[in-house]
Amino acid sequence: MSSVLEVTDLTTVFHTRRGLVRAVQGVSFTVNRGETLAIVGESGCGKTITALSLMRLLPMPPAEIVAGSVKVAGTDLLQVDDATMRRMRGSEIAMIFQEPMTALNPLITVGRQIAEMVMLHENLGRSAARAKAVEMLRHVKIPEPERRAREYPHQMSGGMRQRAMIAMALACRPKVLVADEPTTALDVTIQAQILDLIGDLQRELGTAVVLITHDLGVVAEVAQRVVVMYAGRKVEEAPVAALFADPKHPYMRGLLASIPRVGTARGMASMDERLQEIPGIVPPLNELPAGCAFAPRCKLADAHCRAEAPPFEMKAADHAAACWKS
Amino acid sequence: MSVTTAKPRSEPGWASELLYLARRYPLGVAGAIIMTLFVFSALFANVVAPLDPFSTNPRASLAPPGGEYLMGADVMGRDVFSRIIHGARISLAVALGATFLGSGLGAALGLASGYVGGWFDLIVQRLGEIMQALPLLVMALVITASLGPSLTNTIIAIAIPLIPNVARVIRANVLSLRELPFVEAAKATGMSELRVAVVHVLPNTLAPLIVLATAQLGSTILTEASLSFLGLGVPEPYPSWGRMLSESAAEYVRTAPWLVIFPGLAISAVVFGANLLGDALRDALDPRQRD
Repeated sequence: MSSVLEVTDLTTVFHTRRGLVRAVQGVSFTVNRGETLAIVGESGCGKTITALSLMRLLPMPPAEIVAGSVKVAGTDLLQVDDATMRRMRGSEIAMIFQEPMTALNPLITVGRQIAEMVMLHENLGRSAARAKAVEMLRHVKIPEPERRAREYPHQMSGGMRQRAMIAMALACRPKVLVADEPTTALDVTIQAQILDLIGDLQRELGTAVVLITHDLGVVAEVAQRVVVMYAGRKVEEAPVAALFADPKHPYMRGLLASIPRVGTARGMASMDERLQEIPGIVPPLNELPAGCAFAPRCKLADAHCRAEAPPFEMKAADHAAACWKS
Repeated sequence: MSVTTAKPRSEPGWASELLYLARRYPLGVAGAIIMTLFVFSALFANVVAPLDPFSTNPRASLAPPGGEYLMGADVMGRDVFSRIIHGARISLAVALGATFLGSGLGAALGLASGYVGGWFDLIVQRLGEIMQALPLLVMALVITASLGPSLTNTIIAIAIPLIPNVARVIRANVLSLRELPFVEAAKATGMSELRVAVVHVLPNTLAPLIVLATAQLGSTILTEASLSFLGLGVPEPYPSWGRMLSESAAEYVRTAPWLVIFPGLAISAVVFGANLLGDALRDALDPRQRD
């Protein structure tokens, strides 16, 4: 299989008044053409910082990518100059954001915003770019695309705006699409439509998708492989079925146990049984413990866990985790 | 198929669009009419004015309004109405020129200062504060005194003190705008920083800019009056509203009030008209307010 996106040992830090905050530490993953990789974890675990590091959109300073490489079709995005990076953004690697309500400029028509982006990357005139914008809106199944292209963002619903964002992101057929919680702000029914749409376009264009989410239901539905992050580190990586069937890291087990199940014998029998939770909170990233970052919250943790960070290693075929106890 | 369905709802022509806007913003129409009247009389002052604004007539000194002198005559017997019409040239040139120049430079500086940030922002803002510490008139005085009195220099002298005020407001606006997701999204499409700033950030600061500019229009006319009164503005005998007002205010307000009332009315009407037009423009230019 041909990998389109190869992230190796990505390490992003923030220089703050309280010292160095290691937001992303040595994260590696690859995504193949047409594949969806999900990055999951709770708030503050470094998912979004990973995404913005891939796009090189973090404000530097205070952020700094201190190590690693991000290769899109062989080109290391962390090594190219700013002008090259601008050309790559949108044409090779594109991004859609969490807030469809504010991710479009309120003063410019949706069609023009897409056309602007097309003209930036492709040698097209204004009218050809406009035609392409309408074509893209039709592609993301927006009804009456000619009329909608002339409308302003406030005239569209949240779901429709997210479709427009997807149209913009995919207009220049990027090889990689980074989707940062693309459905979090939407209704459940619209969520499903948007995920289906991304899946359809992905199959058609062969785009590799990096899906960032904290919604395990979404992961189970659309991802082929999953990376679990905790406190800036990758703690588990596996194909989606293997991960849900047999999670190796206690953190992932805790996450799965904290999802309410409908219709299982246990759920039906005892309504008063408490839903499981993971005790404690994510430690502040500038005060990480010496050993395993999850140890303070882990039921299985012992002296070894607290003293030495576990290596990220294979626990089964194609299933790796960082835990001494599995 | 989709073309035919789109047609009945297609964009209306500019005439019907204008009619719709006029019905939606009647006050804006009033402002536009006032401003058009003034610009018209400024451009065609020679045709509109019934008398020569410069010719004196000792027998008509301080003649009250009515008869030949519609708005009365000043102490030298010059027709006030004709002088107001000719004065529109200078007052409007100064007001519009200084407001556009000051607001334009201020907006550019505020955009750069807010968007670039860091030490550049720090230096620009401290320099602006130093300028703001001096009263507008004193600043303008120093500038005209060093440049010499003329129409262009008056415009420059009045525009420069406006720059820090505008720059501050625009900077504050840009600081909040640049954190909005659509700015990041624009960068994610591969736009350069300059283009993001000009295409995506600047137009979103238009509303406060228009309000600020129309509010300043009146004060520029009055500053010009003060400068002219001190002999540093537009030189005599060219009439300017501000000087007509300030020269006669102290001396004739009791004996010949028309010398104060009519230039004052002209200034008020322009400021009022500009504010009405500005408010309507601000709303009409914002797509969110349109339907």
